[in-house]
Amino acid sequence: MLLAFAVLLVFQCLGEGLVFLLHLPVPGPVAGMLLLLVALCAFPRLYDIVEAGANELLRHLSLLFVPAGVGIIVAAASGSGHWLAICAAVVGSTLLTLAVTALVLRALTPVRKNGEGADV
Amino acid sequence: MFKFDELTHFWVYLSASPLLGLTVTLCAYVFAQWVYARCGFSPLANPVAIAIALVSLVLAASGMSYQRYFAGAQFVHFLLGPATVALAVPLARQMPRLRRSLFPLACALLSGCVTAIVSAVGIAVLMGASPELARSLGPKSATTPIAMAVSEHLGGVPALTAVLVIGTGIFGAVTARFLMNALRIDSHAARGLALGVASHGIGTARAFQVSPEMGAYAGLGMGINGVLTALLAPWLVPLLLRWMGQ
Repeated sequence: MLLAFAVLLVFQCLGEGLVFLLHLPVPGPVAGMLLLLVALCAFPRLYDIVEAGANELLRHLSLLFVPAGVGIIVAAASGSGHWLAICAAVVGSTLLTLAVTALVLRALTPVRKNGEGADV
Repeated sequence: MFKFDELTHFWVYLSASPLLGLTVTLCAYVFAQWVYARCGFSPLANPVAIAIALVSLVLAASGMSYQRYFAGAQFVHFLLGPATVALAVPLARQMPRLRRSLFPLACALLSGCVTAIVSAVGIAVLMGASPELARSLGPKSATTPIAMAVSEHLGGVPALTAVLVIGTGIFGAVTARFLMNALRIDSHAARGLALGVASHGIGTARAFQVSPEMGAYAGLGMGINGVLTALLAPWLVPLLLRWMGQ
């Protein structure tokens, strides 16, 4: 668990470094994720080190959004106009994005009977 | 005998240390998870939304400032970085399947990303929003740090974008099941990818609670949509605003 955490932090640092050096428009952790993905494909033995720890962290992904979410609610409560336009845009655009992404993937995927009974 | 004065001193001491913020965050989350389980893991009982509401109530009732709260909660917040890196693990496990369907995935990711940006800006402008608000809405489906950076680059309000990003995440995580059922989409891959593209990390957290496969696709959707939004939004949003006469 501790070793897994150390590996994750090292890859986050590598990602931050890469973003800084190449002036990439993505955050360091996203670059770190792509680097770890490459490393896992190149060295499958890395799975034994990181897999259990990574899955444990991801099981509680929801928790990690709480502190930022609270700050945002506090900021939002301080007010801004145009709430109707904002709500319409968030609701309409989120539903459209969900539908388009899933429909395009389904339309282009050859019909195969797997993943039935899914429940989002 | 118990003195009110001492209690006040104790409260001042406690709220100055990071202990309280961390305790409130974890307790609120544990309670939210309990509610979520009691509701049969219904997407309507989204644990992120419940925990945020609980902590906000505690802060409002106790008068603790957000800065004080965050002094403790930052330890939880910090873990978002390593957790994002950790998304590589389920993704790598799905690699053989991803390779086989590279073309459908690329098309779905690209069309999802463009839909998210164009529909958010389009609907906002049609509803009479200011160009500044429309610019803040453009990157709303990307993960928070990317969305805020893109918003700033576009001339939006990054703090407002952060609010919109969290709102989008929760709304997508809550409604996805019903929309997907209505559209008769039942593959975990399609549901996961859609959740990740539309609702970034909060959608991905929801997907992981359903199945590791759905989580892996959601992580893929979130990661690639973040990169695509960073690349596309800076020229797509101004183009759209000009075209709509703003």
